[in-house]
Amino acid sequence: MSKSQRDRLQSILLHLVLTPLAIIWVFPLWMMAVFSTMPDHGIFSPDLQLWFSDQFIANITNMQADTDFVHALSVSVGVALIYTVLSVFLTSMAGWALARYEFIGKPIVIAIILGTITLPYFVVVIPQFVMVARDFRLSNTWIALIVPPLFNSLGVLFMRQAFSMMPADLFDAARVEGVKEWKIYLHIALPLARPTIAALSIILFLASWNNYLWPLLIATDRSMFTAPVALGSLIGLTKVSWGGIMAGAVLLTAPMLVVFVLLQRHFIAGIAAGAIK
Amino acid sequence: MAGVALNNVVKNFGSVEIVHGVSLDVTDGEFVVFVGPSGCGKSTLLRMIAGLEDISGGDIDIGGKMVNDVEPADRGIAMVFQSYALYPHMTVEQNLSFGLRMNGNDKADTARRVANAARILQIEPLLQRRPKQLSGGQRQRVAIGRAIVREPQVFLFDEPLSNLDAELRVQMRVEIARLHKELGTTMIYVTHDQTEAMTLADKIVVLRDGIIEQVGCPLDLYDDPANQFVAGFIGSPKMNFMAATVVASGNGSLTVELDKQGRARLAAPLQGAVPAVGSKLTVGVRPEHFGAAGAGGTDIALDIDVAEHLGSTSYIYANTGSGEQLVIEREESRHVVRGVGASASIDAGRVYLFDITGKRLR
Ligand SMILES: Nc1ncnc2c1ncn2[C@@H]1O[C@H](COP(=O)(O)OP(=O)(O)OP(=O)(O)O)[C@@H](O)[C@H]1O
Ligand SMILES: [Mg+2]
Repeated sequence: MSKSQRDRLQSILLHLVLTPLAIIWVFPLWMMAVFSTMPDHGIFSPDLQLWFSDQFIANITNMQADTDFVHALSVSVGVALIYTVLSVFLTSMAGWALARYEFIGKPIVIAIILGTITLPYFVVVIPQFVMVARDFRLSNTWIALIVPPLFNSLGVLFMRQAFSMMPADLFDAARVEGVKEWKIYLHIALPLARPTIAALSIILFLASWNNYLWPLLIATDRSMFTAPVALGSLIGLTKVSWGGIMAGAVLLTAPMLVVFVLLQRHFIAGIAAGAIK
Repeated sequence: MAGVALNNVVKNFGSVEIVHGVSLDVTDGEFVVFVGPSGCGKSTLLRMIAGLEDISGGDIDIGGKMVNDVEPADRGIAMVFQSYALYPHMTVEQNLSFGLRMNGNDKADTARRVANAARILQIEPLLQRRPKQLSGGQRQRVAIGRAIVREPQVFLFDEPLSNLDAELRVQMRVEIARLHKELGTTMIYVTHDQTEAMTLADKIVVLRDGIIEQVGCPLDLYDDPANQFVAGFIGSPKMNFMAATVVASGNGSLTVELDKQGRARLAAPLQGAVPAVGSKLTVGVRPEHFGAAGAGGTDIALDIDVAEHLGSTSYIYANTGSGEQLVIEREESRHVVRGVGASASIDAGRVYLFDITGKRLR
């Protein structure tokens, strides 16, 4: 068998395995899209519907009437944007300090940061809620939605890795030129870490966008609902508006898919940057 | 303009002492080269002068002022790194002007300095490119340009040419020499390449394991090395070292027997203290100081392994079997071929004697 024949066979085998997997993965997304176009009763019709119906606009309109979804979306976008910018800024500064400076207790600091990664979120969330809601009385505020999840240990380690792989000579050269430390960080380190920052931003934005538990706990007032919480509120005691939920889910998912596809190249470059060398 | 003085400078990394009390004077406008094998502390010393490493002991003066606790930027120095350390996301022009811009230097003055540096280094056509779009030699020029723009009192170079290929290296070497002539600024240059040291330096500082072995102008080090290490380090091909035993002494001369070169005897001039008969020492002969057989002096039989003919000169590698390979440089010797039968003579007046600790006997 020649090399090209072998390559071809390999490719066929690969497709035989991967195609069913891809279908399985895409199926729920597909069904979400299909259900979002059906009236509530259509979803429960005995024969499974695999193709779109025509109720999308109606579902959206109903949902908007029930939840003020547009407002919730704007809260989600605001929270996710502010959160991402602040978190990138904070985690990269922490990563910079850990990569660049020697200070007493540095190994302990790193150990603690690593330690917080291993803590399951559910262990943190109750005390965090008690602290933020009861002690600080910050329920239904932007601060409560944005600040508590800000410190992202994975992000810190990610940024630290990116900075420590940059040649130290670059920073020394700038130091000899009399460039202040924060300007070195701002004008050299950050621009060079762009792929990592792009990847981290996507991860942080998605995390905030998809976050359900924390906003559910801390935003009890309709005016502070994020989009997932608003959708969740459609699950009523007596009636569950699946058409509306699915339509909302489509609205939540679609922009993320687009963003991810557009930034995929950066994303993979950023992740791989930590792996090679 | 400024000179540099090191007084008993020490550097520890943790508990390990890397630089052991180095003292040195660099006068204003001088071109000083630190040379030594890998790991001897050249970069560390240079980085201490730059202020990038703390000084564990002693002090450093630049321009007559003690700078131990002065920030790198305020020492009046500029440094060129082995890795070039160009900012990859900036154009050449931005690279050159970065430090000045960040410090709020006057725009017109910055532009003037950048233009001047670009002119001196002939990189004007490259100003809008990024480092990735430059060749190694061009990157090196930009790195030097970034130093020139600072208009420093002292230039520090850390192996600036070691990433270039041989031809470019020679070319850039000449340019750096020209730059020194043109600017007249003090330059301290680190290399482990003795040819660079010989060709560039007003003064060479030979370092080994964190101490200075010898300081002097290139030809003085070549003609009159203080010890076996310097003798072996300066000069290419290396000086030949032969184990020898003292067999007689007296009247300002010392007669030794070359242990591994057919027990040939030679009587070398010696003014200083005379070692006892029977003691061991090392005889050094530079490759170009061997004469033709029968030219007077001591003849040594050669078993030639390889003869390299470079045209004007030939390098003859002989007597490897004795455990002490000799390298002989000859002009007009194209006929020499592999095999036994030939001999070469050593002029006893041109040999160097070293005791077993490597100290020069004069
Ligand atoms: N940050 C450091 N921590 C510990 N030891 C170090 C550090 N930097 C250098 N050293 C040690 O100091 C010694 C001298 O290093 P240095 O870089 O000055 O050598 P060098 O003469 O420049 O060598 P080369 O020609 O390879 O560049 C080496 O043994 C090195 O291992
Ligand atoms: Mg070095």
